[in-house]
Amino acid sequence: MNAIIALGAFLALALAGFLLPGWLVFLAVVGFAKGLVALGLILLMRGGLVSFGQGLFYCAGAYAAGLAMRYGAIGDAALLVASGAVVALVLALVIAPLLAGYRGIFFATLTLALSMIAYGILNKTYVLGGSDGINLRAPSFFGYQPPNSAMANYALFLFTSAIVAVIAALMRRHFDSMSGLLSLAMRDNEIRAEYLGASPRRVTVVNFLVAAGLGGAGGALAALALGHIDPEFAFWTTSGEFVFLAILAGHASIAAVFLASLLLELVRSFSSQYFPNSWQMALGIFLLLVILFLPQGLGSLLRRRRKPRELPIASRAEAPP
Amino acid sequence: MDFVATIAIDGLIDASWLFIVAVGLTLVFGVLNILNIAHGNLYAIGAYTAATGVGWYYTGSGPPMLGYLVLVAAALAVAVALGPLMERGLLRLFYERDEVLLVLVTYALFLILEDATKLIWGPNPYYAYEPYGLLGDISLFGLDYVAYDFLLVGLALLTGGLLWFGLNRTIIGKLVLAVIHDREMSRAMGINVTRVFVLVFTFGVFLAALGGAFTAPKISVQPGLSVTVILLSFAVVVIGGLGSVEGAALAALLVGLARSAAIHLMPSAELFIVYLVMAGVLAFRPEGLFQRTALRKI
Repeated sequence: MNAIIALGAFLALALAGFLLPGWLVFLAVVGFAKGLVALGLILLMRGGLVSFGQGLFYCAGAYAAGLAMRYGAIGDAALLVASGAVVALVLALVIAPLLAGYRGIFFATLTLALSMIAYGILNKTYVLGGSDGINLRAPSFFGYQPPNSAMANYALFLFTSAIVAVIAALMRRHFDSMSGLLSLAMRDNEIRAEYLGASPRRVTVVNFLVAAGLGGAGGALAALALGHIDPEFAFWTTSGEFVFLAILAGHASIAAVFLASLLLELVRSFSSQYFPNSWQMALGIFLLLVILFLPQGLGSLLRRRRKPRELPIASRAEAPP
Repeated sequence: MDFVATIAIDGLIDASWLFIVAVGLTLVFGVLNILNIAHGNLYAIGAYTAATGVGWYYTGSGPPMLGYLVLVAAALAVAVALGPLMERGLLRLFYERDEVLLVLVTYALFLILEDATKLIWGPNPYYAYEPYGLLGDISLFGLDYVAYDFLLVGLALLTGGLLWFGLNRTIIGKLVLAVIHDREMSRAMGINVTRVFVLVFTFGVFLAALGGAFTAPKISVQPGLSVTVILLSFAVVVIGGLGSVEGAALAALLVGLARSAAIHLMPSAELFIVYLVMAGVLAFRPEGLFQRTALRKI
């Protein structure tokens, strides 16, 4: 069922990308790339953890792809995205043991600190471009090198849509599975979940690793789309944007994450063009309104129409303790 | 030897304003359980208000020394105008919700205030250099320091001392401590918790704005200030242990010294040394230097 929906969504996207203007397709790639990172964050948030440093993995993925292209002479998009995800995953494996014991605000601040260390180091590492960053070439796709920039744009969009469709289907499957629902139980009451025989530590570490992998893949895709990487990828406002996206989308619907991300990219590109000095303010007000009036995110709007599959468990997890 | 002294003195000066700002942040967290990301904006607004006030004052013919009063007045004005408004108008709507969600609310507030500051004061830097040179120079270890910098150290000591006295030796301070200890029980015992919240939050705003007002003469007041300050004071508060006044003092000193050592010895590390210290402290003491480990409650 999930696979069919994902395939349908991919075909619809492929057609839409063919018909829509190039700038919108470009925004969609960036939006989807950031949506992947936010999806990882939502996975963490389902387990009750908010990372304020997801930019670390986003940045690691982007730099892995950029360096593989520059020094490794790899031009294939699939390999570049894979290397981004793998590098982010390895980085997460190194810091996961340190982070697994922290909860709440301490987890948030520690992840923030780690991403800011990366930002500081990258800013001063002149081999990697320092604060100016590095420019990237256009990638090839499984041996196909797009002849012009419009085709390159569309090819990258197709590639991104395929990744997003696959990951969304897998993630939906995971969210509805036993181990995915365990995260909700943990958020509800970690100690009770532990008494029932679950291992919060393992759930946390696995969620963290998957979130990191998604962050790395998203970073690599964003790097390919933008053609430029710099330390800002790890800056805390970038991480804040992912948290913003995750809150905006909520964890009720996966499609909502990518819709929210696209919406945010659209709003940003329009408002930074028409009122550059107050778009952050609009963003802040929007965030406040969402937190106040849509505590479960935009996804709850999408989800309410359909009949939810496992209402008893899901609704109990949503209820205040 | 002189070199070490230079680092120590620079670190001390850096630590003093950092302490004033961070102790406000930690106090607000202790009482209201809010890690206020917009604290840096309040610092920036304090700095802008002070710069505007100083600019206005020194075009007149008042005695120059009273310029320092203008700085304090600016901080007071910011606190009275924004403190109750933010706490009553916005934050109280979210008290029933998750602690992490409150961080996001203040993040939204950060975004809003960041642009509001730009809209009010514009993108160009402001200067309030007049009070900086008034006290002359002091020579220490063969180097000249501006005496104003030591005024800052004095102000930090005064703030810390008064805060300690206020919390431990006055009725209102005892009430605040009671609310920190157990909010529900305090309410049951007849303490007006709402009033304590407004009071402490406003005082936190005052401390942020005071830090901003008194650093304004040393720096050029421009956009981007709030980000630097919130990241630094954030680190100080986390290192010291959230909600701990003594912790904030020690951590401010630690961060100040680390930063000045980095600037003198390895300038490229200045950007991240603070987070390195923070990650190092947290790796060994997860709750910060001065925080008792909390019990896990079902």
